[in-house]
Amino acid sequence: MTIELLYFAWVRERVGKASETVSPPAEVTTVAELIDWLARDSAVHADAFVDRARLRAAVDQTFVPLDAPLGNAREVAIFPPVTGG
Amino acid sequence: MIAVTVSPDVIDAGVEFAAISASGAGGVATFVGLVRSDDNVATLSLEHYPGATEAALQALAEQAVTRWNLIGARITHRVEDMHPGDIVVFVGTAARHRGAALEACAFLIDRLKTEAPFWKKETRGEQTSWVEPRGSDDAAAARWKA
Repeated sequence: MTIELLYFAWVRERVGKASETVSPPAEVTTVAELIDWLARDSAVHADAFVDRARLRAAVDQTFVPLDAPLGNAREVAIFPPVTGG
Repeated sequence: MIAVTVSPDVIDAGVEFAAISASGAGGVATFVGLVRSDDNVATLSLEHYPGATEAALQALAEQAVTRWNLIGARITHRVEDMHPGDIVVFVGTAARHRGAALEACAFLIDRLKTEAPFWKKETRGEQTSWVEPRGSDDAAAARWKA
């Protein structure tokens, strides 16, 4: 499975890039597992994702809780709580 | 009629008001959000999630039109760099009567604040900081649960 990852706001700044393409193993089936997998091999990702309670996510541009399944996601976005308006 | 715009262009309240008023409705309510000038912010930068932002605003506008039987709903949100006094967001709702227009306008700005993927960054002097979400915004959005 190939996923286009998008990062926004301080998550983007801490990861050091706005997007990346990843191919997680089959046992990664939820957004939370994807975050854990990204953090496992990268200190930069681990630091950016250290406070899970401050992370929000969207799968194929639909906002989802972190325990949501990835399904056949093509695009996953990880970002802080929104502050528009 | 629904009109949703997300752009770095300067928002002209007169142009926005004329557009929502052109629906012919008897009641129009508007909300205008400005960059505050009372706490030394020199620049406010708005980041967003292109595509998902417009979709979120469109979905909110559709909900409002259905729930309050609106004649029109207009959301115009600026992104990128702004300065004190600049308009960040314009929300306009048009209905046959004032009650629906006023309630729908409040619904749209309350829900936009917690559901549309925008992020604010403030610059004060040499310091930049991401704006933290406020619990009061969640409470304001929650009161519209149908």
